[in-house]
Amino acid sequence: MAIRTEELLLNVGPQHPSTHGVFRVVVHIDGEVITSSDPVMGYLHRGTEKLAENLTYTQIIPYTDRMDYVSAMTNNYVLCHAVETLMGLEIPERAEYLRVIVMELQRIASHLLWWGTYLLDIGAMSPFLFAFRDREMILDFFNELCGARLTYNYMRIGGVKWDAPEGWIEKIRNYVPYLRQQLIEYDALVNGNEIFLARLKGVGKYSAEDAINYGLSGACLRSTGVKWDLRKDRPYSIYNRFEFDVPVETEGDCYARYLIRFAEISESLKILEQAVEQFPAEGETMGKVPRVLRVPEGEVYVGIESPRGEIGCHIISKGKDKPYRLKFRRPSFVNLQILPKLLEGETMTNLVTILGSIDIVVGEVDA
Amino acid sequence: MSDGIQKDQPTPNVEPVIEAPAEPVQLHVWHQLLVDRVSQDAVISCVPNAKNNDLITIIVNPEHFLSTATVLKNDEQFQFDYCRNVSGSDLETHMEVAYYLCSMTLNHEVCIKATTNRETPEVQSLTSVWETANWNEREIFDLLGINFTGHPDMRRIMMPDNWVGHPLRKDYVPLDPEV
Repeated sequence: MAIRTEELLLNVGPQHPSTHGVFRVVVHIDGEVITSSDPVMGYLHRGTEKLAENLTYTQIIPYTDRMDYVSAMTNNYVLCHAVETLMGLEIPERAEYLRVIVMELQRIASHLLWWGTYLLDIGAMSPFLFAFRDREMILDFFNELCGARLTYNYMRIGGVKWDAPEGWIEKIRNYVPYLRQQLIEYDALVNGNEIFLARLKGVGKYSAEDAINYGLSGACLRSTGVKWDLRKDRPYSIYNRFEFDVPVETEGDCYARYLIRFAEISESLKILEQAVEQFPAEGETMGKVPRVLRVPEGEVYVGIESPRGEIGCHIISKGKDKPYRLKFRRPSFVNLQILPKLLEGETMTNLVTILGSIDIVVGEVDA
Repeated sequence: MSDGIQKDQPTPNVEPVIEAPAEPVQLHVWHQLLVDRVSQDAVISCVPNAKNNDLITIIVNPEHFLSTATVLKNDEQFQFDYCRNVSGSDLETHMEVAYYLCSMTLNHEVCIKATTNRETPEVQSLTSVWETANWNEREIFDLLGINFTGHPDMRRIMMPDNWVGHPLRKDYVPLDPEV
């Protein structure tokens, strides 16, 4: 005789460490198995898009820092890039190199943070400490460059705010081989671990058709075999000057997403190495930009590759110094949409594994 | 007016020729395709957006919005299988939704738009075509009050369920009964 079970309604979050912020999932569970789920968000909704309508373009930049707060540099860039496209501005070479260097450092920092916390989610404590040690070095570089560890407010429309201090480029140059060595160690520490593989392989699986239909981007899309990276497919800034690969896996499960993010750290190191090598010895860091920015009337949408996927900025300008309408396409928000589908029929333990593998930042989900 | 300016230019063989890139040819092809496959009055306007790398921007007749989207996704010459971004905006005279589409196989892009009035804003939902439109449309409904007909789950997503008004509308007055 089967044991009689009753369906249970359970709130995971909003205050739960494995939801990585204030995010709630209402799950219906039958025993250990999830029958349906409904993500509830908005706890961190600050109305960035509404606030932006009353701010000048330069004033919006610090607000973008606070959306995806572990990858503020790419957020800075997408806003500047959108405004620059609309104005048709030329960016000085040195500024472009500084932008690429900080964006790739940021990608590494973001992936390291994800790597540490994801393993913490599934029960491994020590990688978290290693990841934070190495990430802290990158944050120190940023601190030296612009005086902040997380919310940099570094880029400006037409260039960057601060030039690299003396010896800064040299420090990045030395960091690349250091992290490469560490990655070999991390690979040996985690990637072959049997318990780890058992938790990840075959969990949270979806097909390439699903990924495209749900509009997933970043590692979530590339884990299904779709080679789509905006740095290659819609080149922006000076990414066409560097040689790097786009890691792709075909399984579409949590392990595939894990491998891609891990491999992307090495690819970013490749870009950094080349950027540091080609870094112009001198030059301007700000283009010729009027003191009061009046952006010509028009409409623009640009998307760039953030660590989480495609972050986009859609601006409607009426020729004023403030945007008429500003919309951010946030990768965390779009990628999260597939969650209820993935959770159906999974166990409660896998909820944490799957949610972690999507890699969300709630500040960006809610904006 | 513009004809007059072009004739005044001393060297007509250099600049004005570049003004007409290869894009408008594709523009006419797409326009004709939509007219053939959907309806004679499906397209209201079809122009390249010069400020955005000549991205072709099609304003679609709201009545044919869903059928146009279906053709854009499934037709062999379009194959727009990936929806990059969905935006809504309040333009004070009317409201507008924009879908930025992309084809992974043919590697081309388009932006389709539909407009609606401000009093009872309503647009056909494209969730049945691209699943990613689901939450994006909910967000637009929440913040701008545009109702998407045929949407499977039209609820607020960011603001609390009992919130009054739609914050991104230009005439929004914050209402807080406790203050």
